[in-house]
Amino acid sequence: MPQFRQQEVRTLAEKKSLGKEFTKGLISENPVLRLVLGTCPTLATSTSVVNALGMGISAMIVLVCSNIVISALRKVIPSKVRIPAYIVVIASFVTIVQMIVKAFVPALDASLGVFLPLIVVNCIILGRAEAFAGKNSIVASAVDGLGMGIGFTMALCCMASIREILGAGTFLAGAQSLLSLFGENTLNGFDGFTLIGEGSAISPMMIFILAPGGFFTFGILMACANKIAEKKGKPRAGLGGCSACPMAKNCAILAKGENCEEKKEEAQA
Amino acid sequence: MKAALTILLTAILTENFVLAKFLGICPFLGVSKKLNTAVGMSASVIFVMALATAVTYPINKFLLVANGLEYLQTIVFILVIAALVQLVEIILKKFMPPLYNALGIYLPLITTNCAVLGVVLLNITKEYNFAQSMLNSVGAGLGFMLAMVIFSGVRSRLERCDVPKFLQGLPIVLIAASLVSVSFMGFAGLVDGLFA
Repeated sequence: MPQFRQQEVRTLAEKKSLGKEFTKGLISENPVLRLVLGTCPTLATSTSVVNALGMGISAMIVLVCSNIVISALRKVIPSKVRIPAYIVVIASFVTIVQMIVKAFVPALDASLGVFLPLIVVNCIILGRAEAFAGKNSIVASAVDGLGMGIGFTMALCCMASIREILGAGTFLAGAQSLLSLFGENTLNGFDGFTLIGEGSAISPMMIFILAPGGFFTFGILMACANKIAEKKGKPRAGLGGCSACPMAKNCAILAKGENCEEKKEEAQA
Repeated sequence: MKAALTILLTAILTENFVLAKFLGICPFLGVSKKLNTAVGMSASVIFVMALATAVTYPINKFLLVANGLEYLQTIVFILVIAALVQLVEIILKKFMPPLYNALGIYLPLITTNCAVLGVVLLNITKEYNFAQSMLNSVGAGLGFMLAMVIFSGVRSRLERCDVPKFLQGLPIVLIAASLVSVSFMGFAGLVDGLFA
């Protein structure tokens, strides 16, 4: 009987820690706004909410699948060749997702363009493989990937909402291209809202969907995230978040820019 | 000549990789604090971009397209680039130590740099021939260097500024990048106008 109870306690503790693995990616360790990973796709695909959703979901599928496989193989992969091995696993899933998107949501494939295959070099995915999946169990890695993926999608959608509403005067425009996955004319052919129409007195601020607006919105969002983090007594976001990335050591040396030669030898030693 | 200049100037100015296409943002934010690191990083990027294009173009044309294996492009290219960077590092270390000392530390960072894989994939989607691909890659690398050098100047000024507390750190850097990006928008239409 006591043995049984002990087991029960353990499974409960495991459940609690799994919950923690899931929720940390959403807010407190949000990959985009707290860890500052995956900045390229964040800036490039947040021009509309539909693009952001497509990118977020594609990256999430790759992240969960690659986390599961890498975690399952963590005792087989020698640590010296782990980075190339991780890249092969990730690239395979990216290719699968790319083919699925091309086949079922061609409009999304056209608007994401080169950023769909570029998920393979998204540092969120390689970073999680290195920092988490290579060391933890399959279930925990899957949950971690799901949490980080949802956090990435949330941050992308948040930024895309601001840019699309201010820059194009629409919200969820082109939603039918995603909804068509569930059959033709889902939700009565819902295709987004138009907030600032053709004939209205004001026109949308185009610059928000152009490149400068991307940098600006990201900067302001990060300032807000820092403000909230500071209130809770947590450190501000910085590029230090890439400590999860396998390249972080070299990057940190370069960022400091001092005694490059000496530190390079240290890093190699 | 005119066509070649158009490709080069478009890649450097109007479709700048960092400021208009959002490729290679990590090194742009991470390594642009000092001018010498910015130049070193961009020189390595130009070198690897040109080399990667020179190697992946024949692989794509004679191995993948010829056998109907286009869907393997992502996997093959990332592996080729990773192996290439490793190889270059070893060769430089053995035969050209001065060059290795200058660029060595930047090379491993470039493997996972989306700008390199990005330029290789864009050359294919734009259906460039070999010479055009090479020009586009070198142009993209030069554009990356231009953005890095300008931005390292902006950042060294920024460090001496009195920035509101909640914008300190990365937020103000991103807003500064947004202003530099606005200035690059001024080049829109320049290339068409130049040869009109």
